[in-house]
Amino acid sequence: MIVAEQKSLQEIRKMLEGRSRVLAVGCGTCVTVCHAGGQRETAALASSLRMATRIDARPIEVDEAIVQRQCEWEYVDVLAARIEDYDAVLSLGCGVGVQTLAERFPRKRVYPALNTKFMGMPTSQGIWEERCIGCGNCILDKTGGICPVSRCAKQLFNGPCGGSENGRCEVAKSTPCAWHRIWERAEALGLVEELMQITPPKDWSSSRDGGPRRIVRDDLRLPGEETEAAS
Amino acid sequence: MSTTFEPEIVALCCRHCAYAAADLAGSSRQTYPPAVKIVELPCTGRVDVVEVLHAFENGADGVLVAGCLEGKCHYLKGNLHARRRLDHVQALMDQIGLERDRARMINVSAAMGVQFAELAGEHVETVRNLGPSPLRRKPLQGETA
Repeated sequence: MIVAEQKSLQEIRKMLEGRSRVLAVGCGTCVTVCHAGGQRETAALASSLRMATRIDARPIEVDEAIVQRQCEWEYVDVLAARIEDYDAVLSLGCGVGVQTLAERFPRKRVYPALNTKFMGMPTSQGIWEERCIGCGNCILDKTGGICPVSRCAKQLFNGPCGGSENGRCEVAKSTPCAWHRIWERAEALGLVEELMQITPPKDWSSSRDGGPRRIVRDDLRLPGEETEAAS
Repeated sequence: MSTTFEPEIVALCCRHCAYAAADLAGSSRQTYPPAVKIVELPCTGRVDVVEVLHAFENGADGVLVAGCLEGKCHYLKGNLHARRRLDHVQALMDQIGLERDRARMINVSAAMGVQFAELAGEHVETVRNLGPSPLRRKPLQGETA
């Protein structure tokens, strides 16, 4: 899932200065399950904003809405009927959700209420950890299902650095050394010999280094729509 | 602070302990301030951040979350969840501009009617000293603006 956390109320209030009617829009997908921008968080933020601005005698009207997925046209279209009533939209979606709203409603100012952090998972209740950076060329087959691209601070491909100590990363003791884990797993699965093969430097052009990425599936394009092969 | 100020307190009470304790306080003729408005919940684990915020937004001067004694929750850990959530609410209250002492959690058993009345009275006194919620601060009866 995409993991995000809410900005401080102060930062959000600063963004909304001068606005009088705001629609806070939550998202029912990733940010609901990471407790950052679901229905309850949207209600809590809207209530907090209403109270804080009333206390400061500069009240802002804040209404709430939730869409199942803020990153697809079909789901955000339901907002079209009511969005004109507001002079700003406060998105509790991830960065994709904010941009989807901004693109769909080009005349509305859309503000982000969250900081989008990473793609990851809850490792236990209340703790989320990064698992994937979307590098575009998965090597998990070579590393026993543990990703050194997202979980090693140095993104090493051929073993740990000198900062690995007792299975922990020198960058933060709360972070397990990815290569320590990879080695332990290789030993458990009998894959040590395979792991000793040198992995050549990674071609980062499939990652962010190649610029914004795009996928086209001609088989999924609708009849009448232009296909990449034809263009 | 004007002596005419009588705070409105919303008490979110677990039915297994604090709600029964409040009932016992009444039947034992223990008085606690009428400003305390009891809301019965199946467990304080049901208390969400939003409920507490909405209580303040809708005019409460204080909120009391009253659960079972720690280790005695009928659902094992509901009261412990509630305590952490209340900590979170208090951090939010700091940002909103509401005094954090307006929200308090207490733990009582169903047999602790006297203690419930005392603790509820204490919270009313705390909130009375803080004055009306900044969200509804306006001239009170007999008070000039």
